[in-house]
Amino acid sequence: MGRYVARRLLQMIPVFLGSTLLVFAMMYALPGDPVRALAGEQTVDPAQIAAMKKDLGLDLPLWHQYWNYLTGLFQGDFGTQIASGRPVADIISEAFPITVRLTLFAFAFTVLVGISIGVFAGLKADTLRDRALLVLTLLLISVPSFVLGFLGQYFFAFQLGWVDPNVSVEASWDELFLPAVVLGSLSLAYVARLTRTSVAENLRSDYMRTAVAKGLPRRRIIGVHLMRNSMIPVVTFLGTDLGALMGGAVVTEGIFNIKGVGYNIFDALRHREGATVVGIVTLIVVVYLVTSLLVDLLYAVLDPRIRYA
Amino acid sequence: MTIIDNTTADVPSGPLLEVRDLHVEFHTRDGVAKAVNGVNYSVSAGETLAVLGESGSGKSVTAQAVMGILDMPPGRIPRGEIFFRGQDMLKMSNEERRLIRGQKIAMIFQDALSSLNPVLSVGYQLGEMFRVHLGLSKKEAKARSIELMDRVRIPAARERVNDYPHQFSGGMRQRIMIAMALALEPDLIIADEPTTALDVTVQAQVMDLLAELQREYHMGLILITHDLGVVADVADKIAVMYAGRIVETAPVHELYKRPAHPYTRGLLDSIPRLDQKGQELYAIKGLPPNLTRIPAGCAFNPRCPAAQDICRTEIPALLSVTERDGTELPGRGSACHFWKETIHG
Ligand SMILES: Nc1ncnc2c1ncn2[C@@H]1O[C@H](COP(=O)(O)OP(=O)(O)OP(=O)(O)O)[C@@H](O)[C@H]1O
Ligand code: SF4
Ligand SMILES: [Mg+2]
Repeated sequence: MGRYVARRLLQMIPVFLGSTLLVFAMMYALPGDPVRALAGEQTVDPAQIAAMKKDLGLDLPLWHQYWNYLTGLFQGDFGTQIASGRPVADIISEAFPITVRLTLFAFAFTVLVGISIGVFAGLKADTLRDRALLVLTLLLISVPSFVLGFLGQYFFAFQLGWVDPNVSVEASWDELFLPAVVLGSLSLAYVARLTRTSVAENLRSDYMRTAVAKGLPRRRIIGVHLMRNSMIPVVTFLGTDLGALMGGAVVTEGIFNIKGVGYNIFDALRHREGATVVGIVTLIVVVYLVTSLLVDLLYAVLDPRIRYA
Repeated sequence: MTIIDNTTADVPSGPLLEVRDLHVEFHTRDGVAKAVNGVNYSVSAGETLAVLGESGSGKSVTAQAVMGILDMPPGRIPRGEIFFRGQDMLKMSNEERRLIRGQKIAMIFQDALSSLNPVLSVGYQLGEMFRVHLGLSKKEAKARSIELMDRVRIPAARERVNDYPHQFSGGMRQRIMIAMALALEPDLIIADEPTTALDVTVQAQVMDLLAELQREYHMGLILITHDLGVVADVADKIAVMYAGRIVETAPVHELYKRPAHPYTRGLLDSIPRLDQKGQELYAIKGLPPNLTRIPAGCAFNPRCPAAQDICRTEIPALLSVTERDGTELPGRGSACHFWKETIHG
């Protein structure tokens, strides 16, 4: 087990280097540059621009810039935004908690509601309530999340006036409720369907019959014997889904005007702030890698037949 | 002639379990499958009843009805009574029945690998019996689980109590199933083909263990099988099932010597025997009936070599079988219009 974890952690290094390099190269290839973006509409002396670029190291070849970025990173320096002069680390530490909060909120919603719906339907597979819930999840899967977002805004903010259409800078929990529901709804539908299938399948299994024959009370049969087995595929899905939710949060932030990571990525892209984009994307990649490792370990805990060596 | 009726419920030391006129049907897409059509049997303490019959004859469904683990729906019990210690379990509440399961009547299934929960350790699954039914602590339950594993002769029980089902061999897994059934020292154990899924070499060991424990605890045992060879050594009496009915009952050795039903005879003739080596093995021709369309009259008539016209119209009742001179043969019965010709023929 320890060796497995060590190997997985080592595997993260090339993934980390690859993804940073990729994003770095993309930023390099994009037309326009941060210094020109800084100047905006004004005409600036080309010599002045060249001097500034030289100052910032932007005249160096790609590999050299990348090297400078990496060495900075290993000293804990994420770089500095050119336009604002603020350290990228500050931007990240401001924006990340908001996005993480939104993601976790959506995740909690997905887990609680999705699993409940799935169990509720799976216990009575092929009945009316099962079919009705299946149709509902199908609807959620087929409607794109931005449509759902605008619909939510339209009804709850503009028609009913229950919430503000835009989330404030603090992005408090209650403000994030609607965005979280919108963000989580697609995952919720998948989780519900997966849970439903898994529960219905395990319900027919031989070991469930044994549990009944042992004279166990129903809540124990369902709560321990059925759930422990039914949750195995669901947990795996949820693990990979956490990363997807984080990616989806970037879009949801756009709809609700939340000043999280998504907003900052867009902003940085517009101004060609390479360091900011690379920093944020790298962090998302790391979060994704770590969660998927945690999920694999959890998987082994849930299913003793899985052993990592 | 009287219809066989082993009713002894009025006697204080009557049978532990008595199934009377049990019917079970399944509502399926193709219609109503009549899986059990009036089964009667009884088991007393210390007695072993073997239930024999081809696949689909209703052996397991009858057992599941006794155990209260039928899938309902699609299953339904339109008629019948199942007395346990004189009380009809079909009239009990769910909770009353639950308290009988595991504590008074336990069941051993065919495939131990799929019948044990794959994600819980065997110690947990054994200990659960003590924790749920006796309210023991985790620690006490674990100690009792180790004792049980020793009892069914699983080597190194103490080291293996936290292992999972997939880490045991097939024979050891079935021992764990036996241990689980034995945990609360029930009055009756139903073993549904307990050795079918095992290697031939371990079949005998597991069967011997089961028979030994049954003697020791003086339990009733219902042994479901389609292996006539297994039955001879351990059973006291046999009930042969066909299409959801009992077609013959007899003390075990008498059945082998003198079957009183053509179906039983067919089963016996299809056992490979040493003195017939080289000869072609006999097989009952045809297939068991479709349970949604059981033939009129004797359900066996399309396959029976002795069938006459009456067999196609009248259902033969399970009647007591006598000697040529009319002497009773205790415990013997046959549901064949021509039982006399079959046994004395
Ligand atoms: N849950 C169910 N739904 C529908 N039909 C069922 C169900 N359980 C059993 N049956 C039907 O009942 C009939 C009798 O089955 P049963 O399992 O009792 O046979 P068996 O005598 O135990 O055979 P085997 O030797 O194969 O175990 C079968 O035809 C089966 O299709
Ligand atoms: S009743 Fe007729 S068909 Fe049925 S077993 Fe006897 S002889 Fe054969
Ligand atoms: Mg069976």
